[in-house]
Amino acid sequence: MAREYILHKTRTALGRNVGQPPAAAPEARIRVPQAGMEERIESFRQALEKLSGTVDVADSPAAARECVARLLCGRTAVASNAPVLAECGVASIEGVRAGIADRKELRAACAAAGAGITGADYALADTGSLVMISSPEEARMISLLPPAHIAVVPLDRMLTGLDELFSLVPAPAALTSSMLLITGPSRTADIEQILVRGVHGPGEVHVVLLQRYTQKEEA
Amino acid sequence: MPEAYEQAIGAALSDEKLQSAVYSSTARLMNKRKEVVAAGVLPDYQELREQARAIKKHTLDNLDYYLEQFEARVTANGGRVIWARDGDDVVDFLTGLAKEKGSRRVVKSKSMTTEEIELNGRLEREHLEVVETDLGEYILQLAHQRPYHIVAPALHLTRYDVADLFADKLGVEREVEIEKQTMIARRVLREKFLAADIGISGGNFLVADSGAVVICTNEGNGRLATTLPKIHVAIAGIEKVIPRAQDLPTFLKLLGRSATGQPLTVYTSFLAGPRREREADGPEEFYAVLLDNGRTKLLADRAKRESLYCIRCGSCLNHCPVYRKIGGHSYPWVYSGPIGAVITPQYQGLLHDAWLPFASSLCGACAEVCPVKIDLPKLLLALRSEIVKSRAAGKGTTLERLAFRAWSWVMRHPGVYEMLGSAASAIAGDGGIPAPFRRGPLGAWLKGRDLPAIPQRSFRQMWRARKGS
Amino acid sequence: MSRVSLFVTCIVDQLFPKVGIAMAEVLERAGFEVDFPEEQTCCGQPAFNTGYRAETRDVARHFLRVFRDAEYIVIPSGSCTGMIEQHYPELFKKDPVWLEQVNRIRPRIWEFTKFLTEVAGVEDVGARFERVVTFHDSCHALRQLGIKDGPRRLLANVRGLTLREMTPAEECCGFGGTFAVKFPDLSTAMAKAKVDAIAATGAEYVVGVDASCLMQIQGALSRARLPIRTIHIAEVLAQR
Repeated sequence: MAREYILHKTRTALGRNVGQPPAAAPEARIRVPQAGMEERIESFRQALEKLSGTVDVADSPAAARECVARLLCGRTAVASNAPVLAECGVASIEGVRAGIADRKELRAACAAAGAGITGADYALADTGSLVMISSPEEARMISLLPPAHIAVVPLDRMLTGLDELFSLVPAPAALTSSMLLITGPSRTADIEQILVRGVHGPGEVHVVLLQRYTQKEEA
Repeated sequence: MPEAYEQAIGAALSDEKLQSAVYSSTARLMNKRKEVVAAGVLPDYQELREQARAIKKHTLDNLDYYLEQFEARVTANGGRVIWARDGDDVVDFLTGLAKEKGSRRVVKSKSMTTEEIELNGRLEREHLEVVETDLGEYILQLAHQRPYHIVAPALHLTRYDVADLFADKLGVEREVEIEKQTMIARRVLREKFLAADIGISGGNFLVADSGAVVICTNEGNGRLATTLPKIHVAIAGIEKVIPRAQDLPTFLKLLGRSATGQPLTVYTSFLAGPRREREADGPEEFYAVLLDNGRTKLLADRAKRESLYCIRCGSCLNHCPVYRKIGGHSYPWVYSGPIGAVITPQYQGLLHDAWLPFASSLCGACAEVCPVKIDLPKLLLALRSEIVKSRAAGKGTTLERLAFRAWSWVMRHPGVYEMLGSAASAIAGDGGIPAPFRRGPLGAWLKGRDLPAIPQRSFRQMWRARKGS
Repeated sequence: MSRVSLFVTCIVDQLFPKVGIAMAEVLERAGFEVDFPEEQTCCGQPAFNTGYRAETRDVARHFLRVFRDAEYIVIPSGSCTGMIEQHYPELFKKDPVWLEQVNRIRPRIWEFTKFLTEVAGVEDVGARFERVVTFHDSCHALRQLGIKDGPRRLLANVRGLTLREMTPAEECCGFGGTFAVKFPDLSTAMAKAKVDAIAATGAEYVVGVDASCLMQIQGALSRARLPIRTIHIAEVLAQR
């Protein structure tokens, strides 16, 4: 009833008929810039550090593991099932729980943990953002409930920005019910415009960029 | 102008604390925006604006098609679209849903659309517990106040106000440090998130080809509200639709920058329905509520249809010299600033707050910064003309019309015009304008400013003398 | 020699006649023959801004008749120029005959400083004004006509003149036509913010391209008993 009402009013307002195809839409504006990897890393670092996030580049899975351990600084953590984390052996770090299958248990663990460790599907260089696509490997709440978020991201996932993301992933809805861009720590300036971090989401965001030493192995 | 508003404006103008808060906050937001849209930082800013406007125009001109496409995609994703003619339909749906699921606890992330239909109050009357989770909105909820600004709702409150409020309503010890206040809110609200049955969000964009709602937030409450509870309900006006996921780079590059000077808000959530079968977490049910509430009425007005392009960034508020002086509470409706002045008469009725479109000097600062290039001054002028035409006969109105008719006649008769000019000059003489004339418009001017001395000779008289010599 | 017709605007004609004389002097020195069609009155802006379009059209038609044969029409006001350029087409969009008149006249309409820099190609008019001044960017001139650098380049060539920019320069003075008297407290509050910015520069004069803005600002300066004076750019450029 409401549906018919609203659609009818809309068509009447526009002078359009039921089933009438739309006019030709302006082309979507996607302009992917050219940028080498060094440039991307530097841009990513600058953007995220400006937001008080941290960026490390690890030249091997072992180095990445060391980095994560250092960032954890003795806190407990929940790790996702991202393949890159398994590759780096993150689950074996003291205090890290991985492979929690039960949703209730996962929620409880995340609510109690000092940090959440995830991978990321992509990173965006111009804004210092992580792109997290919800999947069996990546639970949303791991990067959400704990007060700190550590992400390990292979460098081949570093994109220039939004345009490149949506040119590679033009239909995110086909892949997932949730694609999330995380750009720095949670923040608010609602009281007197004074900045406070970690309101609801994590107040700390740390990214470890993994430089896999053999590119050929990827193919 | 109704006395209530005159008083509100007068009060705002004389409240120095408020003046300073609004003025400096908006100044900060203006400067931050300027930095991130500068030619060196975002070289295609103007092109993006053109593109954004073109997309909005196309979408709204073909809205029925896109609404149906959105519905089909949401359904294919396992969600449901609920069509709502007005606030009643929204409340009926939500109370029905709550009853069906045996749910009572609702957490909400910030949404101007829900303010528009006064959702919280109405749900509370139906015995649902509704908690605002955006820090500013949470504070306002405790204080029973309306938002002061589209993106910075608690702009007008100080840390001392917040300290008093928390001590009073939450029973905590009075705390004036802002960071600690924020952590108190975090703690209290975390419990609410974990216990909630339904999470309600707004929607910055509804993506038709994906059946997705895009939510841009900074705090993380938007994520918590749409991840933890079993049910996610997104409520958005029908005008929020954009055709394709690939249009998002255009809009996302404009929204954060225009609103707060952020290239992207901290969290940009693209939510396409309930969780898929093998996904580790996420809501089990997803509802997208498409709200009309008068939008189809605005849509029908071709000349003013662009009013619906608005993406609610708040930039026009930040740049408006009027808003910056009188603040959000001086406006009659939930939408304030230039966009509020343009849409309020269209939604509420032309003569409802007929003074509002006139409360602008038409400086054009708003149009200059609008990411979708809405010609706000042009719309205000159109509204003024319509209001004048439709005003019921009243003493003041008739006088004004007569005055302009007389003025028009004089301006078409140069001889009379010149004569009146000389007369005024003679009357003013050396002593300035005599007291009996210092009322009406002249009196209004003289309230706060001096008048220039009326010269003895007009330009044309000087010109003639000059030519004579 | 090119001929320029002055449209001085009703406010200059009645309240600030010296601005018109100064404008004529500068144009003559720049080598133009200057005339003043005596039948001129107003561009119609006050009625338009207050919502009275029929009345505006009557006055606009008078303007179009008076200036039909002018070669160049030069105006010491950004807002009046903007009115004709941007709003006349809208006013007559349903009237093809008058719309044609509007379209024929539009290319010949020039705000004074824009005329100097873009038509006369002049940036140094040989003026001297040994004062410290600041500049107010009038809203319509700035946003409708893109006038920002032109006046500053003209002022830069005035001998002995020191320009100190105010912060913020682009904020509305609060005049807005009938807005100034319909919302006097608000208008005055906006003027006061402007006055504070001006006073902070330490300038002796405020220069602008729109007499209505200057009237508003001067009104607030005088009420605040500040010795700073407003002066139209035409008057500055006419100084020797």
